Amino acid sequence: MTDLVVLYRAQFKTTIASQLQYRGALVIWIIGLILQPVIYLSVWSTVAESRGGNVDGFTASDFAAYYLTALVVSQASFTWIMWEMEYWIRQGNLSPLLVRPAHPIHQHVANNLTFKLLTMAVVAPVVVVLTFVFQPNWTISAWTALAFIPALLLAMALRFAVEWTMASLAFWITRVNAINQLYFVVFLFLSGFVAPLDLLPGPVRSIAEWLPFYRMLGFPVELLLGRLSPTQAMVGFGAQLAWLALALVLLNVTWARGVRQYSAVGA
Amino acid sequence: MTPLTEPAIRVRDLGKTYKVPERESGLRASARSLFRRQTKDVVAVDSIAFDVQPGEVVGFLGPNGAGKTTTLKMLSGLLYPTAGEATVLGHVPWQREKAYLRQMTLVMGQRNQLVWDIPVADSYELNRAIYRIPEQEYRQTLDELNALLDLGPLLTKPVRNLSLGERMKCELAGALLHRPRVLFLDEPTLGLDVTAQRRIRGFISEYAARNDATVLLTSHYMADVEALAERVIVIHHGALLFDGDLAALVARFSPHKTVTVDLEHPVDHLDRYGEVVSVDGLRATLRIPKGEAAAVTARLLAELPVVDLSVTDPPIDEVIDTVFSSGDEPAAGGVPVPEPERVPEPEPAAV
Repeated sequence: MTDLVVLYRAQFKTTIASQLQYRGALVIWIIGLILQPVIYLSVWSTVAESRGGNVDGFTASDFAAYYLTALVVSQASFTWIMWEMEYWIRQGNLSPLLVRPAHPIHQHVANNLTFKLLTMAVVAPVVVVLTFVFQPNWTISAWTALAFIPALLLAMALRFAVEWTMASLAFWITRVNAINQLYFVVFLFLSGFVAPLDLLPGPVRSIAEWLPFYRMLGFPVELLLGRLSPTQAMVGFGAQLAWLALALVLLNVTWARGVRQYSAVGA
Repeated sequence: MTPLTEPAIRVRDLGKTYKVPERESGLRASARSLFRRQTKDVVAVDSIAFDVQPGEVVGFLGPNGAGKTTTLKMLSGLLYPTAGEATVLGHVPWQREKAYLRQMTLVMGQRNQLVWDIPVADSYELNRAIYRIPEQEYRQTLDELNALLDLGPLLTKPVRNLSLGERMKCELAGALLHRPRVLFLDEPTLGLDVTAQRRIRGFISEYAARNDATVLLTSHYMADVEALAERVIVIHHGALLFDGDLAALVARFSPHKTVTVDLEHPVDHLDRYGEVVSVDGLRATLRIPKGEAAAVTARLLAELPVVDLSVTDPPIDEVIDTVFSSGDEPAAGGVPVPEPERVPEPEPAAV
């Protein structure tokens, strides 16, 4: 355990130093991260106003609360491992990492958390500013705020595990980007990012609730804003844990097989 | 180096056959390959066997595509073999046990292990954590490496700002911070100028001697091998061609001696004595079959106005070149098996 602490401390130092080298790129990434939910928010606000104030009960300021929270959740949980892994594997950069006595995943976890920490410093004030612009209808209670924290952390872990597993497909498929694209379209739709799930037809919401994507984004958002009953909240946590357990098993299996495949074809 | 000890590296019948996709050119073939992938077997390493004793420095020679890198990758745990077995320090490399990885290092000349964007010293700190090197041991090793390689001013520079030679020095030092007992060095001097090459060579032999480390190194530069390795293993087309010391390699594969004579005055018809390689003023160089060297030398001394005469083995590069271009003579130990398809014809030996 202490070994892991030492490893992560060193990894964090390295990743912070590396990422600060590219402050310009960092800012561009952040702008992209912020723009996406702000665009959805603007569209839905406009729709709400043109429909006389609300869409299926969502007012413009409900949308504002939803999307500003979604902005924070997606910033905390997104990963870029699917692109990075493809690059590692295709360029052979994975090889030096495999002959070290430490699992490459640690490097990526550290990298990811560092990026989140550095960008949060920008995202947080932006959310404050946007709060003044969009006047969100925050309906946060003490218990939802408290429950939001584990829900957010589980969403981060779940998304990381699922996307790392997806990324491992690059061991078998040279052009894995097509699959990545498909994954992201499905994610955007079923996670509640493009539209809150309540606005989708009933059956779609039911399907989405059975799949992991909603647990990575929509669930923590709705939980914080008090849109879920205590039962729905408990079911949500259960689903997050179950999906995470499954994703971790899959991650281990695909990684082990993938490395074996990589070693078979010429690392 | 006593053969009684357990070898550091033990390789038996080790083989690697790659399956590579194969497709004829043309649209129709492309369409066909959508449904049925044609693959063919390419034998990269073909049943090789050798032992390396602890503390031995062995040069691994062969032209491009001979299977050197594939072998090093199998021994360092990056590749699964398709046949045979190997142990390094008692571990099966491709199981990649941490206990094994902590004791070995793999340096590939063109691959970067240091973090590109941060100062070298910070990358070393990361290695310290990954390999769990105790602080004091780390300081001591770094000081030693620093003294041997003169890293001082480089440590604070980001890796991307280093020249190729500087980077290679830093890569090597970084790969040795955990004091590995086995080193696999694949072209450690590739692309470096002569001075830098000499520096790296000196360093490797110093490190190996100080730490009693076992080294298996490939290089295109014969000077590397001559300076570092007493023993060489030659592979060609994936099969073991020769395993022994450098002198024996020359004795075995060079059928000629080079005789250089300095004459008092020019002489005609030197070709009576052997193949004339060059005539430069009063100095002539002849190539003479090894068996006739003594007799021809005696005749030269008796019949010509010789001022000076020397008999030497041809340069090692030339010998290696002969070995690779002449080809497929089986080795004492390795038994090349007839195989469906071999590695594509290698480029001319660039030794």
